[in-house]
Amino acid sequence: MKLALGPILYYWPREKLQAYYEEIAATPVEIVYLGETVCSRRHVMRLPDWLDAAKMLAAAGKEVVLSTLSLIESESDLKSLRRITENGHFAVEANDMGAVRLLARRVPFVAGPYLNIYNPQTLSLIASLGARRWVMPVEMSQETLQSLLLSRPAGIETEVFSYGRLPLAFSSRCFTARYHNLPKDDCRFLCINDPDGKTVHTREGKPFLAINGIQTQSAQVYNLIGDLDSLQQTGVDAVRISPQSEHSGEVIRLFRDCIDQRVGREHAVRQIERLFPEAGCNGYWHGRPGIEQAILASAIQHD
Amino acid sequence: MQHELELVCPAGSLPALKAAVDNGADCVYLGFRDDTNARNFTGLNFDAANARSGVAYAHSKGAKVFLALNTYPRAAGLERWKKAIDLAAELGMDAVILADPGLMQYAMKTHPLLHLHLSVQGSATNYEAINFYHEHFGIRRAVLPRVLSFAQVEELSGGTPVELELFGFGGLCVMVEGRCSLSSYATGESPNNCGVCSPPKAVRWQQTSRGLESRLNGVLIDRYTDKENAGYPTLCKGRFAVEGETYYVMEEPTSLNTLELLPELLRIKVRGLKIEGRQRSPAYVAQVTRVWREAIDQCIKDPPGFSVRPAWAAELGRISEGQQHTLGAYHRPWK
Repeated sequence: MKLALGPILYYWPREKLQAYYEEIAATPVEIVYLGETVCSRRHVMRLPDWLDAAKMLAAAGKEVVLSTLSLIESESDLKSLRRITENGHFAVEANDMGAVRLLARRVPFVAGPYLNIYNPQTLSLIASLGARRWVMPVEMSQETLQSLLLSRPAGIETEVFSYGRLPLAFSSRCFTARYHNLPKDDCRFLCINDPDGKTVHTREGKPFLAINGIQTQSAQVYNLIGDLDSLQQTGVDAVRISPQSEHSGEVIRLFRDCIDQRVGREHAVRQIERLFPEAGCNGYWHGRPGIEQAILASAIQHD
Repeated sequence: MQHELELVCPAGSLPALKAAVDNGADCVYLGFRDDTNARNFTGLNFDAANARSGVAYAHSKGAKVFLALNTYPRAAGLERWKKAIDLAAELGMDAVILADPGLMQYAMKTHPLLHLHLSVQGSATNYEAINFYHEHFGIRRAVLPRVLSFAQVEELSGGTPVELELFGFGGLCVMVEGRCSLSSYATGESPNNCGVCSPPKAVRWQQTSRGLESRLNGVLIDRYTDKENAGYPTLCKGRFAVEGETYYVMEEPTSLNTLELLPELLRIKVRGLKIEGRQRSPAYVAQVTRVWREAIDQCIKDPPGFSVRPAWAAELGRISEGQQHTLGAYHRPWK
């Protein structure tokens, strides 16, 4: 299985972004997705800056994919989208059917996690349009994926979101601006102060969600490092790690070591849990509510 | 009678369908009694016999019937969705509202004369996305997610030959429809995979010393004092805490009402005005349909002279049980 680093879902300062990808270049990750996928107003990195990062990572041997915005609402959003789909060099991850239309039968592309591919018919259709990899919707279970892959079309790889706060929902409303009592059009880009989003607690103090501009995420960190055997057995080709503000290098190395069986699964689980901003969860993969943490088969044997 | 703007009303049951048609709906939309549609609630929706009667009744009065088939089938259950499409064609439904591209392909190949509408669950918020479905499946109409401002809707309408249908009244989805997994995160069931949001079977109410608490699969969604009206615990309308401050983090328990936008909707040639609420009673459907019929007729007769009559606002206000109304994202500052 290959390791993929998803696009950064948060708004980080330019210096942090550049330092981050310098660090990533030296990690054992094979695929790197780059670009702003959440908010069209965020601007510390323009397309030429992303292309610079892409070239640096490609020179370091990474497969680079440019990710597109998930919510495309206006003509100016479409203009930015076309600049990416027509970049002429790097592959593109389509996060909206509008992007698929611009890429179909022209450029090989990755079908992103927001395209709602839930069955083999839709997967075959997307593959016939030129998708060479697809990212499973986060809420899909191992069982559903397994039955889908029984009729998987030839020549398309499967990628599964496997680490990080889950991207659960998009709105046109900015929840970070709302928290600050500011209109979205005058948001002052305050999400730059929340490198992992802002945690939302229930009224009894339990962490539940995280707000990241127009995106709502899980507070809990989705983590399938303990499920890597099952990912492999199901036929998953790539495992996506979604960047959090700290420890990406360590997380990537632990996943790599675990896939290559250089460390035991339980050791990896214990090591990685120390790095979370919140508790972990893996319910979706097990056909449960996403927030739940299913017990590992190995843990049951030992307890 | 052919209207330039069709009033599209919800029918969760045969009596609701009749109420909508009798009170002036141009079209009604309904779902079958299973997880093939996004209002998969106990006691709601149609079996084949009811659907047949409904289609006959609507057609006899000149109204159209659309089938909502707007969840995403998984490999295991796909046959159920295909059968629903076959049945819609057999019953002579006027269109099928779909979200899943695989199903659209099936419908187009198997029933080339069946009209296809892109469901709001298809998350198409720009003309490139709408044109994708048009080119590949020949969709006639797209229902837009409740996230665009009116200016954005107008801009979008210039870029596509596909008819547009907009939500005009009823529940307000805060998230891009089809791109929200909050419900399955807490309960395991979502609109995309099960046709439900914040499902009733996961709801628990409990009176505690701190107030009345509503929970979804154990997650505290809100807590009410004796003086507050308790609302259904839809996840995105709950009160939560961010950095110690407790408030409606995503949205207040408010509903959508776009009566005042009617002249503008006519001007940009919106084709369908959709009323949300298949879970509502026939009496509710009758009242809402009557008000909107009158308003649309007034507006068509004299667009510049149109204004929202206080009686309409009062009637709609009454059935929304004292809830607030909003123009939602159509009014840019909402965002």
